[in-house]
Amino acid sequence: MSKLSTKDDSLFLRRKVWNNVMQSLCLTSALIALIPLILIFVYTVSKGAGYLNLEFFIEMPKPVGESGGGMANAIVGTLVLVSLGSAIGLPAGIITGIYLAEFGNNKFGFMVRFMTDVLSGVPSIVAGVVAYTLVVIPMKHFSAFAGGVAMAILMIPTVTRTTEEMIRLVPHSFREAGLALGIPQWKTTLQIVLRTAFRGIVTGILLAIARVAGETAPLLFTALGNRFWSTEIDQPIGSLTVFIYDYAKAPFEDWNNQAWTAALVLIVMISALSFAVRFATRSRYSEK
Amino acid sequence: MVMDVVSDVMNKKEILMQSPPQPPKISAKGVDAFFGKVQALHNVSLDIPQHRVLAIIGPSGCGKSTFLRCLNRMHEVAGGSMRGEVLLDGEDIYKADPVSVRRKVGMVFQKPNPFPTMSIFDNVAVGLRLNGLAKRSELSDIVERTLRQAALWEEVKDQLDKSGVSLSGGQQQRLCIARTLAVNPRVVLMDEPASALDPLATAKIEELIHELKLSYTIVIVTHNMQQAARVSDTTAFFYLGNLIEYGETRKIFTNPEKKQTEEYITGRFG
Repeated sequence: MSKLSTKDDSLFLRRKVWNNVMQSLCLTSALIALIPLILIFVYTVSKGAGYLNLEFFIEMPKPVGESGGGMANAIVGTLVLVSLGSAIGLPAGIITGIYLAEFGNNKFGFMVRFMTDVLSGVPSIVAGVVAYTLVVIPMKHFSAFAGGVAMAILMIPTVTRTTEEMIRLVPHSFREAGLALGIPQWKTTLQIVLRTAFRGIVTGILLAIARVAGETAPLLFTALGNRFWSTEIDQPIGSLTVFIYDYAKAPFEDWNNQAWTAALVLIVMISALSFAVRFATRSRYSEK
Repeated sequence: MVMDVVSDVMNKKEILMQSPPQPPKISAKGVDAFFGKVQALHNVSLDIPQHRVLAIIGPSGCGKSTFLRCLNRMHEVAGGSMRGEVLLDGEDIYKADPVSVRRKVGMVFQKPNPFPTMSIFDNVAVGLRLNGLAKRSELSDIVERTLRQAALWEEVKDQLDKSGVSLSGGQQQRLCIARTLAVNPRVVLMDEPASALDPLATAKIEELIHELKLSYTIVIVTHNMQQAARVSDTTAFFYLGNLIEYGETRKIFTNPEKKQTEEYITGRFG
């Protein structure tokens, strides 16, 4: 009968050392991954918080040469653009995702999946060019709608793929249970499968929104930007990102500072949306 | 004269005593089932009597679950195909709408699978709600009645709005039985309903089956031969996709006709 290894056994020591080495490696990697995030946030706060005041939220940009003013139109513009993009992109993405997960095990499904993957790798400025060609040229002027289309093109692949993945994670037994109760397939899919996958899909939607809310390139030649108040969807519209782009490269210190503030406001807006949606869709049955 | 009357009465009584042979609830005729090109069932014909419990036994892969799933058209959901006829009260279910068939032939699965996003109440009510079968005002009565039928009411009546998955495994399975009963099926199919449960929970499910057969016709697939002997009135033994023997449970377990049945029951294989 062999003896159990004791604490001063060399094998035990070697394992213990390796365990510690690997564990600290994981921790270090996690910390390294956090550094850029923390740096960006701290730097944005330190540069932008100083100019954050009520004026920034409720006033319009001042003409060149005058100091002060705010970005009320850009904040509303970003909200309008993101809403437009979501209104077009979310239904298309979610329904495509449902199709791929439930009926997509064929050649057509494979093709759609492949193309969505390709689309998710397309640079955002290309989405802008597409929206420019499809919307701006026929309409003969820049518009919020064109910006929304560009954003939708960027949202669709993320939303489609997360929806599909989340629906595929729902165990087959729930589908069978629904069908065995005499519930038609479409109701089983919508009311049971989709409901089970709901929180995962919401995460995908939030990621997609957070991504497009921070986009500048596709807006430059679609929504263009606007220094005046506008919520018309067939007119050019301002947005925080385009303002950041313009103000950051401007030769006025005042504008540069406002660009930092705009960046801070954008980050806070996206985080607030994320928290709010997560709170609103939290599970009624908290995991014990 | 008097004797005539007496004999007349006697005759009438005899007629009353002799209950007419009940037509089978479900009648399977020459059922062949396939998964792709693999044939899982060979020409199975079986009459299932009303208000009785039929147990289907046999080693793994013998086609018992496939046969069960042919009875409510769930076989085709898993991508299978079949030939032959299955009559429910004389009506061919393969000529009917599968959705309405499944409403009449409910199913309880091996692993308890309450819907995790729904409360206990909603889990029971879901079939009625999504099928638009009950008015809102009737729902709570039906939920209480079916939970009582499933012998779960006393344990959950104060926590109906809690998640269905917060219950223990045995309670979850009884919740699934209640969910199935709520849409008022004629037949309840059970696919190894107690194989994931401990002995106490199993005993409760078996007790429940005894009570349910008063109102429903029950078909249960089981790996557990003691269970089959305890709960069923008739037993069918399947082997390699064939129905080997079918008869009264007592006879199958004490005096089987086929050698294979005897060997399986005595534990010589399977």
